[in-house]
Amino acid sequence: MHTGMGSLAHTVGTYAAGLAAHEGEAHAATGFTAYAWLLVALPLAGATMLLLGGRRTDKFGPVVATALSWAAFVVGAIIFVEMLGRGADSRAQNVTLYEWVTAGTFKLSAGMLVDQLSMVFVLLVTFVGSLIHVYSLGYMEHDPDKRRFFAYLNLFVGAMLLLVLANSYLLLYVGWEGVGLASYLLIGFWNWNPAYATAANKAFVVNRVGDFGLTVALMLMFFHFGAVDFQTVLGKSAALTGANQGFMTAMGLMLLLGACGKSAQFPLQSWLGDAMAGPTPVSALIHAATMVTAGVYLIVRSAPIFEAAPTAQLVVVIVGAITLLFGAIVGCAKDDIKKALAASTMSQIGYMMLAAGLGPVGYAFAIFHLLTHGFFKAGMFLGAGSVMHGMNDKVDMRRFGGLSGAMKITWATFGLGWLAILGVPPFSGYWSKDKIIEAAFIGEGWRPWVFGGAALIGAGITAFYMSRLFFMTFHGKKRWDADDHPHESPRIMTVPMIVLAVGSAFLGLILSWNDMFVSWLEPVTGAEPEGAHPVVPVPLLLTLTLLLVAGGVFLAWMRYWRDDVPVTAPAGSLVTQAARKDLYQDQVNEALLMRPGIHLTRSLVFADSKGVDGAVGGLAALVGGTSSRLRKLQNGFARSYALTMLAGVVAILGALWVIS
Amino acid sequence: MTAVAPAAFQQSNVDYVAILPMLIVASAALVGVLVEAFAPRRRRHVIQVSLAVVGLLAAFAAVVWVAVDPNKVGHKGLTMGFTDGTTNHSVFALAIDGPALFMQGSIVLMGVLGILTMAERFGGVGPDAFTPSGASTPGSASESAAARAGALTSEVFPLTMFAIFGMMIFPTTNDLIGMFVALEVLSLPLYILSGLARRRRLLSQEASLKYFLLGAFSSAFFLFGTALLYGYAGSVYFGDLSKAVATGPLAMNGLLLPGAFLVFVGLLFKVGAVPFHAWTPDVYQGAPTPVTGFMAACTKAAAFGAILRLAYVGLDTARWEWTNAVVIVAILTMVVGSVLSVTQTDMKRLLAYSSIAHAGFILVGVLAFDRKGVGAVLFYLVAYGFSTIAAFGIVSLVRQNGGEATHLSQWAGLGKRYPLTAGAFAFLMLAFAGIPLTSGFVSKFGVFSAAIGTGGATGTTLAVIGVVCSAITVFVYARVIVLMFFSDAPDDAVEVVTPSMATTFSIAIGTLITLALGVLPSSLLDLADRASQFVR
Amino acid sequence: MSEPYVPILFMLGLGFAFAALSVFTSLVVGPKRYNRAKLEAYECGIQPSPQAAGGGRIPIKYYLTAMLFIVFDIESVFLYPFAVAFNKLGLFALVEMVLFILTVFVAYAYVWRRGGLDWD
Repeated sequence: MHTGMGSLAHTVGTYAAGLAAHEGEAHAATGFTAYAWLLVALPLAGATMLLLGGRRTDKFGPVVATALSWAAFVVGAIIFVEMLGRGADSRAQNVTLYEWVTAGTFKLSAGMLVDQLSMVFVLLVTFVGSLIHVYSLGYMEHDPDKRRFFAYLNLFVGAMLLLVLANSYLLLYVGWEGVGLASYLLIGFWNWNPAYATAANKAFVVNRVGDFGLTVALMLMFFHFGAVDFQTVLGKSAALTGANQGFMTAMGLMLLLGACGKSAQFPLQSWLGDAMAGPTPVSALIHAATMVTAGVYLIVRSAPIFEAAPTAQLVVVIVGAITLLFGAIVGCAKDDIKKALAASTMSQIGYMMLAAGLGPVGYAFAIFHLLTHGFFKAGMFLGAGSVMHGMNDKVDMRRFGGLSGAMKITWATFGLGWLAILGVPPFSGYWSKDKIIEAAFIGEGWRPWVFGGAALIGAGITAFYMSRLFFMTFHGKKRWDADDHPHESPRIMTVPMIVLAVGSAFLGLILSWNDMFVSWLEPVTGAEPEGAHPVVPVPLLLTLTLLLVAGGVFLAWMRYWRDDVPVTAPAGSLVTQAARKDLYQDQVNEALLMRPGIHLTRSLVFADSKGVDGAVGGLAALVGGTSSRLRKLQNGFARSYALTMLAGVVAILGALWVIS
Repeated sequence: MTAVAPAAFQQSNVDYVAILPMLIVASAALVGVLVEAFAPRRRRHVIQVSLAVVGLLAAFAAVVWVAVDPNKVGHKGLTMGFTDGTTNHSVFALAIDGPALFMQGSIVLMGVLGILTMAERFGGVGPDAFTPSGASTPGSASESAAARAGALTSEVFPLTMFAIFGMMIFPTTNDLIGMFVALEVLSLPLYILSGLARRRRLLSQEASLKYFLLGAFSSAFFLFGTALLYGYAGSVYFGDLSKAVATGPLAMNGLLLPGAFLVFVGLLFKVGAVPFHAWTPDVYQGAPTPVTGFMAACTKAAAFGAILRLAYVGLDTARWEWTNAVVIVAILTMVVGSVLSVTQTDMKRLLAYSSIAHAGFILVGVLAFDRKGVGAVLFYLVAYGFSTIAAFGIVSLVRQNGGEATHLSQWAGLGKRYPLTAGAFAFLMLAFAGIPLTSGFVSKFGVFSAAIGTGGATGTTLAVIGVVCSAITVFVYARVIVLMFFSDAPDDAVEVVTPSMATTFSIAIGTLITLALGVLPSSLLDLADRASQFVR
Repeated sequence: MSEPYVPILFMLGLGFAFAALSVFTSLVVGPKRYNRAKLEAYECGIQPSPQAAGGGRIPIKYYLTAMLFIVFDIESVFLYPFAVAFNKLGLFALVEMVLFILTVFVAYAYVWRRGGLDWD
């Protein structure tokens, strides 16, 4: 008799956490790992306290929030040390919190999966997150709403940790929404500026499209496997035969859609540039180092699903390749320092996506690049923040120039980040990005040439636009306004920058020692297949890459250091103009989604021809436009309501009669 | 012409135990009328509220008593006897089965919360939201004359009890005539209650009249459909209807589709499905806020109970005829409800459109055509009901110059000044949006996955549209949250008045249940699951 | 002509005769005192005014009376078939009928106590 809702689920095996058969079995948590819930609870407690505490917590709130974030890092570090003490096969542990849903035969416990992959994220998020908390103590010092800002930062850290620690897609979804909420709140933090509020709304709308994909994927899983926890879903995916390909492809594509929304990948990339409206520490933490990489995490975590759906996997690579070029091209034309960095983030995540789509050869490097990128990009964003701090909150690089003298520490730390993202050995980026380029050249037929080529060319463009950014800001002639008095930022801001710069410089080298990082992740991501070699010999590839990078730097040096940079942007070529407008992505969205929608609604309700104004962006405008037009039907007259009813009845019955 | 033999009466059987919950509520309502007539003015309010609450709780106890006894579940509460002159028939007018008991229990419990929010007096003699004389102008001589003559607003309680009585019969009744009677019994008190707002009287009167006119209009549809179905099957009893379709084809085949659809129209009107929704925003806005909350929760639950029974018992065999019609309605409802909620500027209208959108989501669950669908719908109704009562309860507390401040702009900055109230409201908004860890997520997940699971391609399409539409509505709810917490309060800021214990209790319970059903939904899911089997 | 309809026709005739007789009797027996009001074209005992009292509204008292009438009208509609089939229905129906009448009386009591029967 106990069927119904419960039997939606087919039989689900008993719940002992862990992952698919080919990935080491996870054990119930022992030792300190059982306290993994503290990781999520500590920052969330901070957020709750600050939000509910009100003005009373204004004084000490930010400091407490920072301390709690560090506390989470300490907890993570202890768990990490404990994990190191165990053998590679028994490192994955499951912390069951409580039985979340038990209906009939469907059981789902809320729990955490503490394994090598989630640990990487825990350490990245808590460490970089805490550093950015510290930096914000200085950056936001004079903001009257400082307390609220720190509450959101804590909320973000808690939600992000929940996202990466969840042991089921459902709990992951909770964290997913949580980081989305925090991101939305922080982009619109300075919402007295309408443009910023619009940016927040745009991010929100685009992310809904992505979340829609995740929701559908969740339901597909539920129906196909009768479960949404990682162990069952991934285990069953791994054991699937070819018969279910269509289904697995659908699931993979839906997961990818979710990942695209969160990680600003093509075609859902348009929100990231506008998201720079948020305070700079937010851009560093959420829109560069952590949240936007959640999509990569999702793909890597769902590896067995993509392994069972080669088509979906191919689409992942394509999306990654398109985005990495797209972002790089846009980055070349932006004059706003934060937007240029955002384009770069998009492009770098494109690299990670591409790697994640390559299968076992790429998973580990996707995560590796994610980690190093987290350091150098966060460092550069903090550097940008420091520059803005010293330059009256200006962001136009054409007004900078020659700052290296005035802001030595910022210049040095930014420079290390710059070398890292360029992939200059021995800095961090070299160890992760070049490996991705190598991996992209592995394969048969046309694929290695196309994807490898894209990755290679991307590296060259990256070198150009990052050097352009670096030179325009710190070198060349001074193009400051009269009232600009650039000065170095206070210690509380520079120290986090220095720490991140050290990471940008050496993290890659250290973790590549003896393939430490890759073998650490191996139990989760699977071993790299033996005998896979790039179609181009590795030394040649390396030389090519470095040559391209050098070429890019040289070109940038000629144009933005040696030559004078005009204070107002020249008209530029067609490509530059297009890139400045984000390659017309908003216009495309508008043409594809908004206009037809408006015309459709217009013809539907015979309304006037006035355009939709005050709209938010593509989708929101469509909905808003439709909404205000439909609203005219609600005119308040009972007679027209009755007529609507009658018309409805007649129309529906008529339609049915016509059909039958 | 031939003479018809005089018909013999066939006795009906009444199982009083099985219909005890309904009897208790009806008696409490009748006693309430007497209290209104004879009790001294000063005590009337207290007596009425306690009578209603005790009556409802007793009815709930009776529901539980009937439900836990396996001999009584699946029991037919009331048989109707009739004869066609040659043979005697005995059919079940009321079916006491799982869905009926589940619906009765939840309506009664939600009714308790509804009564408690209506009982808010803010220190006055009677319920604050209501006027003793709905037809008069506020502050006019005739209103004070009515007050002098002893008229008190406490008569809303018997009215509500009568409505609850009708709502309990609605999902229980097993034939079209009974369903119609229940429809009227629940509707008539609601028409009156909608018109009794103390403030913004004209809106309220307009709402009442509109609701009445359109309600009558939809009743006409229902009756017309009933007549057509009777013409088709020769009976109004669900069992006979189902059999007639199964054993067809009959000469009157053309009557089936219009008959079935028109009957559905009458019911879909009550849940506010598009294109029969036009009354919803106007009435939700005009009616006194506690009444709106009560209607949104209980009427919707009762009407969906009736829709379920009609779809799964009466017209189950004719499913291929009418499914497409209801599918169209479901799609329209989701799309129009969510899209229109985007541009609303009044909190009550916004919640009205939200309730329309929710009706669409629930319809998706109905169209799953499976026990899972029934269970999911039952769960959804309870989850949504408790959230919505609490939400309207909070709306009734946000005031300016003594009246409710329902314009969205007036809610700006509420979170900074009243973090607890605004926090609770924000949480309820998240539940409406279907964010995980709220009951809204579990219920949406339930209906959509049921639709994907057993609804076939249609179900999948519906679920996808549903997910898209709920994505749209998230935007709306998030806007409210942002408005409350991140906008600055206007100079003439609203205040949140401190409610009585009763209202506080009602809002708190509604919010807590929303949370509890999100975090620990198991027990109710399980109950809904076990209650999802209809008897015939 | 079918036989069952004869009694109905007879009843119709009887009813008409009763009405006619009443009108005729009052014509013959009743006192005749004319005044202006009674000579009005539309006569209801109240002086007609260009607009109804209360700003165009018809006082609600009329409706109250009408509704009360309908309530008892419906009650008698139910009472009649019950009375016809009383023997067959037995005690059960008697109890049900008493309950029904009591219910109607609750409404009556309410109307009475709340002043529905007072004209002013």
